[in-house]
Amino acid sequence: MIAFLLRRIGQGLLVMVAVGMMAFALFRFVGDPVNQLVGPDASEEDRERIRVEIGLKDPVALQFSRYIWRAAHLDFGFSYQFKQPVTKLIAERLPATMELAFVAVSIALVLGVLLGVYTGLHRDSFLSNVFLTVSLIGISLPTFLIGILLIFLFAVQLKVMPSFGRGQVVDLGFWTTGFLTASGRSALVLPAITLGLFQMTLTMRLVRSEMLEIMRLDFIKFARARGLKNRAIHFGHAFKNTLIPVITVTGLQFGTTIAFAIITETVFQWPGMGNLFLRAVQTVDIPIMACYLMMIGFLFVLINFIVDILYFVVDPRLRHVTKVAL
Amino acid sequence: MTVVHPTAGRSLWRSLVDSDMLHAFLRSRLTVVAALLTLTYLLAALLAPLIAPTNPYDTASLSLLDSSLPPAWSAQGDPKYLLGTDDQGRDILSTILYGLRISIGVGVVSVALAAMVGIALGVVAGYVGGRVDAVIMRLAEVQLAFPAILIALFLDGTVRSIWPLLKQEDIAFTVIVAALALDNWAKYARTVRGSTLVEKNRDYVQAARVIGLRPIAIMWRHVLPNVLGPVLVIATINFALAILAEATLSFLGVGFPPTKPSLGTLIRIGNNFLFSGEWWITLFPGITLALLVLAVNILGDWLRDALNPRLR
Amino acid sequence: MSPEIVLDVRGLTVEFPTRNGILTAVDNVSFSIAKGEILGVVGESGAGKSLTGAAIIGLLEPPGRVAKGEIRLKGERIDGLAGEALRRLRGRRVGMVFQDPLTSLNPLYTVGDQLIETISTHRPDLSASAARERALSLLIDVGIPAAKDRLFAYPHQFSGGMRQRVVIALALAAEPELVIADEPTTALDVSVQAQIIALLKRLCAERGTSVMLITHDMGVIAETCDRVAVLYAGRIVEIGPVADVIHRPCHPYTIGLMGAIPALDGEEDRLTQIPGSMPRLSAIPQGCAFHPRCARTSQTCIDERPLLTAAGSGSAACWHIDPALTGAGS
Repeated sequence: MIAFLLRRIGQGLLVMVAVGMMAFALFRFVGDPVNQLVGPDASEEDRERIRVEIGLKDPVALQFSRYIWRAAHLDFGFSYQFKQPVTKLIAERLPATMELAFVAVSIALVLGVLLGVYTGLHRDSFLSNVFLTVSLIGISLPTFLIGILLIFLFAVQLKVMPSFGRGQVVDLGFWTTGFLTASGRSALVLPAITLGLFQMTLTMRLVRSEMLEIMRLDFIKFARARGLKNRAIHFGHAFKNTLIPVITVTGLQFGTTIAFAIITETVFQWPGMGNLFLRAVQTVDIPIMACYLMMIGFLFVLINFIVDILYFVVDPRLRHVTKVAL
Repeated sequence: MTVVHPTAGRSLWRSLVDSDMLHAFLRSRLTVVAALLTLTYLLAALLAPLIAPTNPYDTASLSLLDSSLPPAWSAQGDPKYLLGTDDQGRDILSTILYGLRISIGVGVVSVALAAMVGIALGVVAGYVGGRVDAVIMRLAEVQLAFPAILIALFLDGTVRSIWPLLKQEDIAFTVIVAALALDNWAKYARTVRGSTLVEKNRDYVQAARVIGLRPIAIMWRHVLPNVLGPVLVIATINFALAILAEATLSFLGVGFPPTKPSLGTLIRIGNNFLFSGEWWITLFPGITLALLVLAVNILGDWLRDALNPRLR
Repeated sequence: MSPEIVLDVRGLTVEFPTRNGILTAVDNVSFSIAKGEILGVVGESGAGKSLTGAAIIGLLEPPGRVAKGEIRLKGERIDGLAGEALRRLRGRRVGMVFQDPLTSLNPLYTVGDQLIETISTHRPDLSASAARERALSLLIDVGIPAAKDRLFAYPHQFSGGMRQRVVIALALAAEPELVIADEPTTALDVSVQAQIIALLKRLCAERGTSVMLITHDMGVIAETCDRVAVLYAGRIVEIGPVADVIHRPCHPYTIGLMGAIPALDGEEDRLTQIPGSMPRLSAIPQGCAFHPRCARTSQTCIDERPLLTAAGSGSAACWHIDPALTGAGS
């Protein structure tokens, strides 16, 4: 097990190096680092002088290690557009995105699992069919359209929810939170639903089909034959066995969650990283794009690592090297 | 006495129960509706220049006096503009029809490109095996974790940084199609690779080698029929996803610009006017898009069940 | 034989409603099992043996249902129980052993967890440590070596035979009056089959538990059972003491079945075989279900269904029971 985890860490580091190369290529060759320091109207002599000064004439390998060294110290250079350190810009927006994603994913997983278990156990009930039909429509509606519809309904027509922004936030020094104020909490509702809906639908359908599959298995029949209570059979025995695929798919969905966060933040003008990244793409603000790429890569590796550990926690067959007694 | 697996009797029940005719009938009726709807969309996109009341790209014919008119049936509506007009006075119906051309065009081209790349890499990975296979399949895994939208965003920024003089209008199609193809080839590759691995060890491949034929050419003729079903299913579902991705990118402002609006661009434009009550600019393209995607998804589900019950 | 009847099944009929009409999978089956008795139920796949067992413990899968008949456990009706009453019956009064020990146990829990869970579900009065003690003694009873260490091992750490021992421990955990064992050895290696059967027999004898042993293996029946019921197309064609049914079968089907068993003494080197195969449930013939395959078919067999009547020391359902036929197999 330890060996396996060590190997995973090694693979993760390899992925980070690859992502780092892409980010460096983006930063160094697609963008022009000189632009971070001088305006576009600086003279060619000035540019040439700065190039030498900041080491752009050094061997590429040296420049690359320098970039990685700085990245490891959270230094990603200056944004062209904002004339501020990229790290500072990201740090300001990180809490907004994290809070939104946390609430959305929590809602999606809890509701998705509950609805999935319900529709899996009562496969022919009227309510199950309603949930499934609604989920098919939910999967076909693009995220941004759902966001717009929610805004139109609850903000424009009913005027019960704010249509954009985070509401009032409390600054804790290292973190700004919307959880502590009423306006902050109500501002979270619509974006969280928008972001979480797709994952909820996906989780629900996955848990449902897994439950249908597992409820047919022998050990469930045997649990019944032993006279166990329904609650124990459904949650202790059946649901626990659906966890592995749910963990896998939730981990795999990480990329989608990031993409959907960009969309949601755009629709609701949420002051998060997705919004910043989109603005960076539109204005070709390469340092921000490179940093964002590194961040995605890091989160990707981290989440895969967590998924691996969760496998071990859930499934004893992976934990023990199989030793069969005759 | 022959020992038959004791669940054989029960799985007979299972199959009887599962093939519920009422369900199948309802489902197929839904499929017929979806197929008709998709066909209508395809025709509308193809014939847009002929059936659209106006040409939305013809800026000369636009009049700001006609801007932001509600649909024809409301009090301020103009019967000339059935679904109303946008902020520049463009007829919404015509713009939707032309936008459909873009959406469906992006879908078709990106799916074809992804399928070609994916099938080719899948055959190579399966046939050559070893290190080549490992590299292709690792790449496929990474691709599957990355959504097309993220790839398109990075690609868009990169392209515009390298060629700052290109106009959004000109690069949009290429960037989006490339990003979608780059994202989607992996699914085809995995399916085709599996099928190739099966065929590779068949006798006829060995025989072909013995009589001096190029085995890969022979195999190709045998692999293709096997993968046609799954590839068609993947293509249908990817087509729906491609249309969604294009609309999303245009909505985010990195796809088709307002001068050449796709459905997503129209929704983006309309979104700015939602608060002032001009709902039609967003709503009609939105419905058009949602129905198209829903219809193609239903078709894809049906194809999957009809062609390959094992592919779930 | 002990006179106390534990299980009494009268006219049990199990039906599956389908679009093409109602299929009768178990048809008017009657038998009883006395205290401590082992009844073998034998038949081909699809003869309805497993469904009979499932009906008794209330595990029929919809749309299957008990359409007619009564099932009594010590005189108490247990068919038609539902919800909490059914749950209290399962495990506590009727235990069940399934065919495949590899899939009968939940892979995510230790065998100790699964034993303790079963014990404390039925004996909420027991303390946690008492339940654990019981679980341990059960594992020792079923012959798991180093039971104390194995209590918190996971199913995948046991071999197939050991897992089936755990399954038997689970079935006996709450001291049921009846155990239904549905092909308990079919999925096991031949070498461990006999051990498992011997274990089941010993444990049930010690506890005075009655057993309904479902199998298609006449060898297992011959070694283990007191009486045997032969099922064909959902009907009992013959039932009686095991020695008589094996050595002096009355029903032509049973005779054919015995002829299909290779004799070890090698006197007869040809296996006889019954022509044709058992009918599908949707096409059970009129009259005697066996008549299309029977050498002795007469017009009566085609027109009228035979009922179980006394034959030898048991009973058989055939129009042709006569002294000449009785004993043809010996």
